Amino acid sequence: MKNLIKAIAFGLVTLVSMSALASSGGANLDHANNDLTDKESLKKGFKTYINYCLGCHQLQYQRYNRTFTDLGIEEADGLENYMYTGEKSGDHITNTMPQKEAAKWFGTAPPDLTLEARLRSPDWIYTYLRSFYMDSERPFGVNNKVFKDVGMPHVLQDLQGVSSIDEHGNVTPAMGGSLTIEEYDVLVRDLTNFLEYVGEPSKLEREGMGVNVLIFLFIFFILSYFLKKEYWKDVH
Amino acid sequence: MLTNFMAWMDKRLPLTDAWNKHLAQYPAPKNFNFWYFFGSLAMLVLVNQIITGVWLTMSYEPSGDGAFASVEYIMRDVDYGWLLRYMHSTGASAFFVVVYLHMMRGLMYGSYQKPRELLWIFGMLIFLVLMAEAFMGYLLPWGNMSYWGAQVIISLFGAIPIIGDDLTLWIRGDYVISGATLNRFFALHVIAMPLVLVILVFLHILALHEVGSNNPEGIEVKKKKGSIKPEDQSKFTFHKQYTEKYDIVDAIPFHPYYSVKDIMGVAGFLIIFCWVMFFAPDGGGYFIEAPNFEPANNLKTPEHIVPVWYFGPFFTFVRIIPDKLFGAITMFSAIIVLFLVPWFDRGVVKSVKYRSKLHLFNLIQFSISFIVLGVLGTMPASPLANNIGIVAAFGYFGFFVALWFYSKNEKCKPVPERISH
Repeated sequence: MKNLIKAIAFGLVTLVSMSALASSGGANLDHANNDLTDKESLKKGFKTYINYCLGCHQLQYQRYNRTFTDLGIEEADGLENYMYTGEKSGDHITNTMPQKEAAKWFGTAPPDLTLEARLRSPDWIYTYLRSFYMDSERPFGVNNKVFKDVGMPHVLQDLQGVSSIDEHGNVTPAMGGSLTIEEYDVLVRDLTNFLEYVGEPSKLEREGMGVNVLIFLFIFFILSYFLKKEYWKDVH
Repeated sequence: MLTNFMAWMDKRLPLTDAWNKHLAQYPAPKNFNFWYFFGSLAMLVLVNQIITGVWLTMSYEPSGDGAFASVEYIMRDVDYGWLLRYMHSTGASAFFVVVYLHMMRGLMYGSYQKPRELLWIFGMLIFLVLMAEAFMGYLLPWGNMSYWGAQVIISLFGAIPIIGDDLTLWIRGDYVISGATLNRFFALHVIAMPLVLVILVFLHILALHEVGSNNPEGIEVKKKKGSIKPEDQSKFTFHKQYTEKYDIVDAIPFHPYYSVKDIMGVAGFLIIFCWVMFFAPDGGGYFIEAPNFEPANNLKTPEHIVPVWYFGPFFTFVRIIPDKLFGAITMFSAIIVLFLVPWFDRGVVKSVKYRSKLHLFNLIQFSISFIVLGVLGTMPASPLANNIGIVAAFGYFGFFVALWFYSKNEKCKPVPERISH
């Protein structure tokens, strides 16, 4: 009997460790270390997104006013500084790029990014945006270490500058951008942070509620244990 | 007032009688251990799935164009929609966790042996319907893994000679998986399968109460009428349906003893369940797979098409066998042999506690094989994984074959007349 439990426990440990191995595949990604509770970072990321990404990539499942509320942006401030194309604040964050034409321009239509952080992970986004390098073979003159032969041009090139790839296949530090390497990393971290927020706007609420629920359940478990003990007194 | 009402009711419906027969005066063995929590927990999860499912249905849109967006609508715009959705998606995985443990319990203590064969078969039918229910439900978010997972599984039916192609066409309602498939899966997922599930659960419990509960000792608590001295019989009151035919020993009424114990089990289960649901609702990519965060796309195959973890063991059978038809046959056989356990086991001693070391070893190797098959099913295919899978598949089927051979003349320890502690 004990042996059986031991064997099953052993099996479960094997299961967990083997599946950890299975999911660790893929390129080496840098840690974004973003912080969802940092509203200033989220606001900056939102701003960067509006200015540099939204032209091609929609957030078609997320609404402006929900974003304003969650990020602590006043509605008037939001309408003035985050919405440029005259939508209503209850609208989804979309653009007017024609999908079919876009597919011709870039080889594939720019995907919606609402769930990108959940599809690929924040670390992936953070690393991807810092892994462009010059490659004259590509239509836009750049390639990406994380996403080989990506159809997207390096939209943040003015900020980051240009990198190339050395003989070991590593991306060299970027030069000639308007931001320093550290400043660029912060910008990308903020953008990553914003995309993680958009991927699941209720994440902080979920975890906050989870703590309360677990505290309640622990107390409930202890009470139910004593209730059971009391009832079972006369069972021998 | 209430007494009058109950009297009025009882004249028209055997309410009090049913309450006593199945709860307050049902003789349950007094020695249920940890493994006996999972039956009531499975019921809890079933109720959770039905209730959250009804509310999800209120905002979900079953169409190829609208399904994916409506799930995100639930996650963002519906009040506590994210909670309902995570309760439902985590609940699906939890359902299989508790059902697998519940089945393991049955194997360990011989709860399928005579006279509980039909009880076991109802349980297996529940498992089968549950798999169909989960499979169809997984298509509904209309994510890319939903789409390709369904594609792979449905194509298995195409391996059947002659009728295969027509059969897959009939299942899909289209030449590819499309909105038509989604709509019929939705209908089956929210109406047909739950209805069948609830009826089967009802029959499962009815059959259980007819033959009585087994226990970790595998010793019956219902003895031949007149064989037990009155002072040795259980001091509790049981329903006359049980006491008229049997002398009851070492049993206690299900309610309140096991109802309060199960409340404790529920609390313990909910701690784990809520911990996963609130802090890792995608279960590390095993409960909600990452490719499902992009909409179904028939031109873009996910890098590795793997089913949700609970189908892992059965998916591995398909993968390790190069021939599609033979693979599908093996997969279905893996389920059929489970149905036939009561006849593979020719022994009379129920609990592993009193059976041979060989049986204990066989059970251990079976659980390990099953877990290994499950892990392999969620991993990308590779030659090494294939070879391990073949060994594990022999372990899986070997369990049943070996059981049939050794159980006839198995050297068991003497089983006591009574549950001792």
